[in-house]
Amino acid sequence: MSFRIIVLAKQVPDTRNVGKDAMKADGTVNRAALPAIFNPEDLNALEQALRIKEMLNGKEEVEIIILTMGPTRAAEIIREAMYRGADKGYLITDRKFAGSDTLATSYAISLAVKKLAPYHLVISGRQAIDGDTAQVGPQIAEKIGIPQITYAEEVISIEKNKITIKRRLERGIEIVETPMPALITVHSSAPACRTRHAKMMMKFKHARTITEMQEETKDYTELHTARPYLHIDEWSVADLDADVEMLGLSGSPTKVKKIDNVVLQQKESKVLTSNDKDIEMLIKELISSHVIG
Amino acid sequence: MNNLFVYCEIEDGIVADVSLELLSKGRKLANELKCKLEAIAIANNIKGIEKQLFPFGVDVVHIADDAALYPYTTMPHASIVINLIKIEQAQVVLFGATSVGRDLAPRVASGLKCGLTADCTSLVVGDHTENKTGKEYKNLLYQIRPAFGGNIIATIINPETRPQMATVREGVMKKEKISSEYKGEVKIIDFKKYVKDEDFVVKIIERHIEQQKINIKGAQIIVAGGYGVGTKENFNLLFELADLIGAEVGASRAAVDAGIVEHSRQVGQTGVTVRPKLYIACGISGAVQHRAGMDQSVQIISINTDVNAPINKIADYAIIGDVSTIIPKMIKYYKENSK
Repeated sequence: MSFRIIVLAKQVPDTRNVGKDAMKADGTVNRAALPAIFNPEDLNALEQALRIKEMLNGKEEVEIIILTMGPTRAAEIIREAMYRGADKGYLITDRKFAGSDTLATSYAISLAVKKLAPYHLVISGRQAIDGDTAQVGPQIAEKIGIPQITYAEEVISIEKNKITIKRRLERGIEIVETPMPALITVHSSAPACRTRHAKMMMKFKHARTITEMQEETKDYTELHTARPYLHIDEWSVADLDADVEMLGLSGSPTKVKKIDNVVLQQKESKVLTSNDKDIEMLIKELISSHVIG
Repeated sequence: MNNLFVYCEIEDGIVADVSLELLSKGRKLANELKCKLEAIAIANNIKGIEKQLFPFGVDVVHIADDAALYPYTTMPHASIVINLIKIEQAQVVLFGATSVGRDLAPRVASGLKCGLTADCTSLVVGDHTENKTGKEYKNLLYQIRPAFGGNIIATIINPETRPQMATVREGVMKKEKISSEYKGEVKIIDFKKYVKDEDFVVKIIERHIEQQKINIKGAQIIVAGGYGVGTKENFNLLFELADLIGAEVGASRAAVDAGIVEHSRQVGQTGVTVRPKLYIACGISGAVQHRAGMDQSVQIISINTDVNAPINKIADYAIIGDVSTIIPKMIKYYKENSK
C-alpha cells in the first residue's frame, strides 16, 4: 500500500495586495478586480507534503493528492500544485455548495477525504486569506474522527505510524507526536514552497477537468486515455453522496446579517510640516494635555 | 441553562489575559441577555483558580483538574467542552482567538454542529427579522468581524442553532474587574465520563513557552515604524524617542517582513491589536490590515512623506516629512519642554 497524503488547497482572491485599481471611487474594494491565487499557507502545506515524500524516499511509495473545492476555475491551482510535485488532483464542484460556511464546507470536504481513504495524512494551510477563520481544518478532523495538529511549522520525523511535528505558537513552540492518520494545518512561518519544476510543467500542462475539456476546442480524449494522471476528477454533491440539507445556506448555521465596506473616514486632522515651529507646538500641546510627560 | 460560557486558557496556573478580557465582555453581555456568566477551567493543579475568575463577575466556574489535561491538547479539551455545553445548553460560548482557542473552537463547533465566527472585533446583542419568512429573533449575538483581508466588516448571526460561538483576539476587549467581593459557585466537571482513551493519542514531547517580554499591548504610548523608516539606524531613533516618553516600539508588517524588527512588535491584523492613548505612526502608509490593529487608539500622529498616505485620514496630526529629521526634533523639543 502506498503512503497517501491529501493536500487541501483553496483558490482565493489576493486580499493582501489591494492596489489602487482594486479600490472603487467610494473607497471600498472592488473584489472582482482582485487576482485569484493559490492560498499562501496551502503552498506551505504542499511543501511539507513534498518534504515528507523526500523523507520517506526509498522506504515508502508516496502519493500526493491535491484536493480543492470551488468553481471550474479552481483547477488552476491543482495544475499549479502538479507543476510543483503533486501527483493527482480532485476538484469538488457543484452549485449546491454555494453559500456554505465553514461547517458546511468541512462536511463536503470530509466526505471527499473519506472517499480517498486509505490515507496517512491530510495537510492544509492553517487558514485562507479571504476568510482568515482557520476553522475548516479542525472541523474536517472532527468529522472524520482523527487527531489534528494545527499551527505546524516543521515535520521533524516520520515513522511507520507516527509523525513528530513542531508547532509555532504565539509565545513559543511545541513538539508533538501523533499517530496517523492525522490532519495537519501548516503555519506561514513554515518554509516557502519550492517553485515549479520544468519537467513537471511539461508532464502536467494538459491536465484538465471534464468541464474544462468541454469548454475548450482541443480534443484531449486520446491524450487522457494514454495518460490517466492528466485527468482531474470532478466530484459533485451526487458523487460524494452528500446530504443536500447539510450544504450551502441550509447547512450553514452562520448567516451574514450585514456587510459594511470599510471606507476610509476622513477625520478632522491637522496637517503639520516638519519645520521646528510645528513640531515644538505639537510637543507642547501633548505635554500640556498630559498625553505624554 | 441558556447561559454565557467562556473557555479560559490557563498557563502555569494563571488565567490568560485574553480569557479575562472575554469574561469582562461576557459579564456585560450576560447582563443584557439576563443570564449567568460561567467559566470553563481545564488544566492541572488549579485548586483555587476561581479566585482569579470571580472578580470579573463569574457566577459559575466549571473545573476539570488533572495531570492528563495539561498542557492543552485538542481532543480531551474538545470532548469535555462539547459534553459540558450539551448538558448545560449554553446560549453563547466565547474562546480566545489564540493558538489554543482557534484550535479548540472549530473542533467543538463541528461536534455540536453550531456556528462559529472567528476573530470578532465586536460582540453586540440585537434582534433580527428574517426577510423571507418574516420570522423574528430576539436577543441574538451579533458577531462582528473584518473579512476579506480587512476590506469589509461583516455582521454574522446564528438565528437557529445554539450555542452561538465566537473567538476574539487578545487585546480587543477591555479587561475590567467587577468587584473583588463578587462570589460565584464552583462546580467540578466529572470529566472522566466525557473523555475516551483515544483522546490522549497526541503526546507533547517538548514545550517552550515564554512570557511575552515585549508588551506593546499594554503600552499607553506606542511609537510604531513602517517600511518608510527605512533602516535599522532610523528605527533606533524610534527606540530613543520611545524610551524618553515611556512608550513601546511597534511596527507594521512591512517593517517586520523586511527583518528590521521582531514579529512580537507587529501591530495589525496578523499581529497585535492595540488601543493606546497615543499612537505615533512613523513611515507607515496605513494599509487596512495595519489600521485594523490600531485605529482604536485615542490619538494618532502620523509622520509620512506622502501627504496622501491612508494613515493621514485617521490621524489627528499628520506631519508631512521625513522620519529621520522629524524624530530628532521631537526628542529635542520634548527634552526642552518637559520637567
